Amino acid sequence: MTEISAAEAPHYPRDYSLTGPEARHAIELGLASAEWYHSDVPRKTMKELMRRSDGPAIRDTALWIGLLILTAAGGIAFWGSWWAVPFFAVYGVLYGSACDSRWHECGHGTAFRTDWMNDVVYHIASFMVMRNPVSWRWSHARHHTDTIIVGRDPEIALMRPPDLILSAAHFIGIPDVFLHFRILARNAFGTVSDEERDYIPEAEIPKAIFWARIHMGVYAAAMIWALVSWSLLPLVLIGGPRIYGTWHMVLCGLLQHGGLAEDVLDHRLNSRTVYMNPVSRWLYWNMNYHVEHHMFPMVPYHALPRLHEMIKHDLPPPNTSFLDGYREMVGGLIRQVREPGYYVRKDLPPTAQPYREEFHAVDLARA
Amino acid sequence: MSDWIVVCAEDEIELEDVIRFDHGGRTFAVYRSMEGEVFATDGLCTHEQVHLADGLVMDDTIECPKHNGRFNYKTGAALRSPVCEALTTYPARVRAGRIEVQIGG
Repeated sequence: MTEISAAEAPHYPRDYSLTGPEARHAIELGLASAEWYHSDVPRKTMKELMRRSDGPAIRDTALWIGLLILTAAGGIAFWGSWWAVPFFAVYGVLYGSACDSRWHECGHGTAFRTDWMNDVVYHIASFMVMRNPVSWRWSHARHHTDTIIVGRDPEIALMRPPDLILSAAHFIGIPDVFLHFRILARNAFGTVSDEERDYIPEAEIPKAIFWARIHMGVYAAAMIWALVSWSLLPLVLIGGPRIYGTWHMVLCGLLQHGGLAEDVLDHRLNSRTVYMNPVSRWLYWNMNYHVEHHMFPMVPYHALPRLHEMIKHDLPPPNTSFLDGYREMVGGLIRQVREPGYYVRKDLPPTAQPYREEFHAVDLARA
Repeated sequence: MSDWIVVCAEDEIELEDVIRFDHGGRTFAVYRSMEGEVFATDGLCTHEQVHLADGLVMDDTIECPKHNGRFNYKTGAALRSPVCEALTTYPARVRAGRIEVQIGG
């Protein structure tokens, strides 16, 4: 690891693009594709945790699809009356929020043991969450290689200094729905940006364009259906939930890394584990165990609670609820508005290995 | 033809598992299938420099622990993105209860 002098402290607002000076700087500092801290887990135990099975994901997916169909049917049956609202409130979250965790787990290939099942659910969920299934697969691989490394990670949701109004607007899908839709449209017309080319291999680009065209074709069909029937119902069923039902995805997602350290190589410093209620954990497929997921991304969602129990002695204490997590994160974000170099640094329990100084020398030098 | 190099005792690798083997400044992954056959490949994923020996062996595949890319460890073929480039494979055998690999120059 290259040592950083305080004189190299970054200028704010930082350049979060993947093609700018911060990207070159991250590579020069040895932050790209670097070695990360891992808690010790015996190989035999890890093999047990990594073991795949189709059962949990088939059960959860059948329940998810079944509830989507039931709530959509209820919403359609009561369309035009207020009785449709509770049906679409649930349908919206199942579509516009649960899609993210299904996209995520099936993208990792850990949800099902049978890979075609991962692929089918991955493509359905990618459509729902309005993400190009090819480019986002590569984007997420980069997110795991270079988690919250500025100039390298394309999935940093909260940049410094944070824009709190914009962050709040994410709860109703603004502006990301329009941004994602514009990217899909651009890809469908055959244009792939330099940023996307930074993490998508050249050979995969035709596939990204193909899938963008499929997605745009479905949206076009929904719009034509809405125009022909002169009803908003098709758009409430298709695409719309990404606006009115996305709040739970954002509620969980912002907690993943919000207010924590940048440019460190220890997931205990840049990721957050939060205890959540069983419904949220089902919608989110246990991604509330986010430190554990980043340390060991090959562990399936249904084994993360067990992994958490095994390594929690080596992790910062988890946040005990949404409220506790938001209190910590929002406090950090408000302070970052005035002091962009600030980050929430959690104390480790006495049983934990210390934060490895050489792994986060960069942020220390910048603090 | 290069020499066969002893890796370990056969029973040091569980069935359907993998270990890391470093030799001559290079790193390899040595596998034992569910049927007890042994195989060897380069030790690092072709996508990023991650040791495959920390990954998961399922049937004929090894899954990279970092990005869940998969290879057929018997042929080296890349099976699942983000890996695109195949792994180099090496001959492996069991002799007198010991696993040996022929890793060449």
